[in-house]
Amino acid sequence: MAKKSYRQAINEAIAQEMRRDENVLVWGEDNVGGAGGDGEQDAWGGVLGVTKGLYPEFGSERVLDTPISESAFIGAAVGAAATGLRPVAELMFVDFMGVCFDQIFNQAAKFRYMFGGNAVTPIVVRTMYGGGFRAASQHSQCLYPMFTHVPGLKVVVPSSPYEAKGLMIQAIRDDDPVMFFEHKVMYDDEEEVPDDPYTIPFGEANLTREGDDVTIVAFGRMVGFANQAADTLDKEGISCTVLDPRTTSPFDTETILECVEETGRLVIVDEANPRCSMASDVSGLVAQEAFKALKAPIRMVTPPHTPVPFAPELEDAYLPNADKIVAAVRTAMA
Amino acid sequence: MSNEIVPIVMPKWGLAMTEGILTAWNIEEGAEIEPGVDIAEIETTKITNVFEAPVSGLVRRLVASKGETLPVGALLAIVADTSVSDADVDKYVTEFQAHFVPEEESGDVAAEPESIEIDGRSISYLSLGPDDGDVVLLIHGFGADVKGWMFNQPVLAEERRVVALDLPGHGRSAKDVGAGDIAVFSDTVTEFISEKGFEKVHLVGHSLGGGAALKAAALPSVVSLTLIAPIGLGKEINSEFMEGLLAAKRRNALRPVLEQLVADPDLIGRDMMEDVLKFKRLDGVDTALRKIISANFEGGSQSADLRGALSDLSTPVTVIWGAEDKIIPSEHSEGLPASVEVQVIPTAGHVPQMEASGAVNDLIIATIGKA
Repeated sequence: MAKKSYRQAINEAIAQEMRRDENVLVWGEDNVGGAGGDGEQDAWGGVLGVTKGLYPEFGSERVLDTPISESAFIGAAVGAAATGLRPVAELMFVDFMGVCFDQIFNQAAKFRYMFGGNAVTPIVVRTMYGGGFRAASQHSQCLYPMFTHVPGLKVVVPSSPYEAKGLMIQAIRDDDPVMFFEHKVMYDDEEEVPDDPYTIPFGEANLTREGDDVTIVAFGRMVGFANQAADTLDKEGISCTVLDPRTTSPFDTETILECVEETGRLVIVDEANPRCSMASDVSGLVAQEAFKALKAPIRMVTPPHTPVPFAPELEDAYLPNADKIVAAVRTAMA
Repeated sequence: MSNEIVPIVMPKWGLAMTEGILTAWNIEEGAEIEPGVDIAEIETTKITNVFEAPVSGLVRRLVASKGETLPVGALLAIVADTSVSDADVDKYVTEFQAHFVPEEESGDVAAEPESIEIDGRSISYLSLGPDDGDVVLLIHGFGADVKGWMFNQPVLAEERRVVALDLPGHGRSAKDVGAGDIAVFSDTVTEFISEKGFEKVHLVGHSLGGGAALKAAALPSVVSLTLIAPIGLGKEINSEFMEGLLAAKRRNALRPVLEQLVADPDLIGRDMMEDVLKFKRLDGVDTALRKIISANFEGGSQSADLRGALSDLSTPVTVIWGAEDKIIPSEHSEGLPASVEVQVIPTAGHVPQMEASGAVNDLIIATIGKA
């Protein structure tokens, strides 16, 4: 099995689904730009090259460049999905999503419900999120909690290349609108990814470590940090369960509660702003449903409630990391 | 007396293993060991197993300590005669440690699976060992793949070419299984042998792959046959295991299913479960496994009767079974033709090639030797 990057895994998933189903289309900014140039200059495949190679293989009818008008092309993708196509639309940075909230929150998310189940909207909106890229406040936010807040949307936050491929194929085959969050710092992360197509079901958490003392719930890129922290703590005799929910909507509350019942301690690691976040959501869930199992207060490892800073030193200090998780677990154990 | 110093190092169980935890030493310094003696227990993320002595001699030094996590190839112990001085042993250890580079960093490239088109399907296979004419061909069982031979293929390949293939519907091979009956698998084996131009083949098949190997063994190029808990020698088969394997979507549901494969449930590691789950998520696998079950094991009863095929063979045949097999009862090894050597291994379940790999490897080598 070959090692593939997060970028390659997503690219392979889309390409395999495009080969399988001619209704799958790709559109967004700079997929096609550069076409006709030499080598690296030929059809850029998006700002960070995730869709590179799709234009040469599938051509201009299935791989489209759009104007820099998110409200127009996301709206068009939602409409296309309602007619039976399966667009994979890329909205470069999730930070720009505000201009097309109506198309997503009010249209895509509502069609199935408001038409009594007679309409489906099989669109995937790919978008980059997250800090650590030195891209400042307007290109570094997480924002998946906002989409999780809206019923009718599915929200995917893949934590590794293997996860990304299986979840992307699942997203494309799903008949509901799916928001697919790609962490821009992870594109070059590598692991073994099967060549064959495969799917990972939504709403099923993955336990990447299993332990007795503390449950660490982590999202997206934070799963890797949580694993590092768990391995460090394991050497000190503190054994952690690391739970990757994979999707925030649907959300596997059952496995979270099971793990907390077993360990009695909970640390939540979320790169999003702490207010109205997945961290606060999981805290609320456990406080209501598993309070009696808790041996220590719930700990949240999140950034402070501020915009993502641009100064590298401040950005590093702002983001959660393995050391901060280790410290939170030790506090929970104290 | 010899002045040779022989290192015992962390074994490599399967292509993916990079390190192991030495969970116990079963010997002390000063012990006389010989191949097959359990000298240690080693845990990987995939499996926990006993480590059998690869050499014979006097254990002079246990270099690794219990609980240590060490890379593949790391020094565990030193074997040397009393004629070698303690100072020389120390010097050897110091030099070994100074020059040791873990495989991952040394840039050695592990063997990669290859593929070939058989009957319009892409069939993946892994070749190890020197190319000297005779070929050992390993055929895995239901739901398994080449990785199931991780304790056997590298050992057998020290002195001969050993090829393990992924049957249709399994591993990295195409997931189309046609009718899914035993003929599809035996035809794959037969045509693989002919496509590869193998002239002298020692077939080794496990469970479903045992049935395929037995059905393919009439080929003139097959010169010996080792069957490990094969199908086709009786009616009973544990259908709960197969249904459970299909139904389990998560590790906690899969663990009790996989534990039925072994006599010692502690053997099953989380990576083994993860591998099975990843396999089951591939497009086409669920359909393939269901077809195989309905074509071969409908209602918990085996449809293939291969006892006749076994009687017709004139090549050396060994049948190996774990006494604690919970999938296909070991009683199926009874009443076979007198020419067939039957070995029932007491402390093994359905996968003796993993649980008692040393004994099974010895039996395979002995069978090859009779051809």
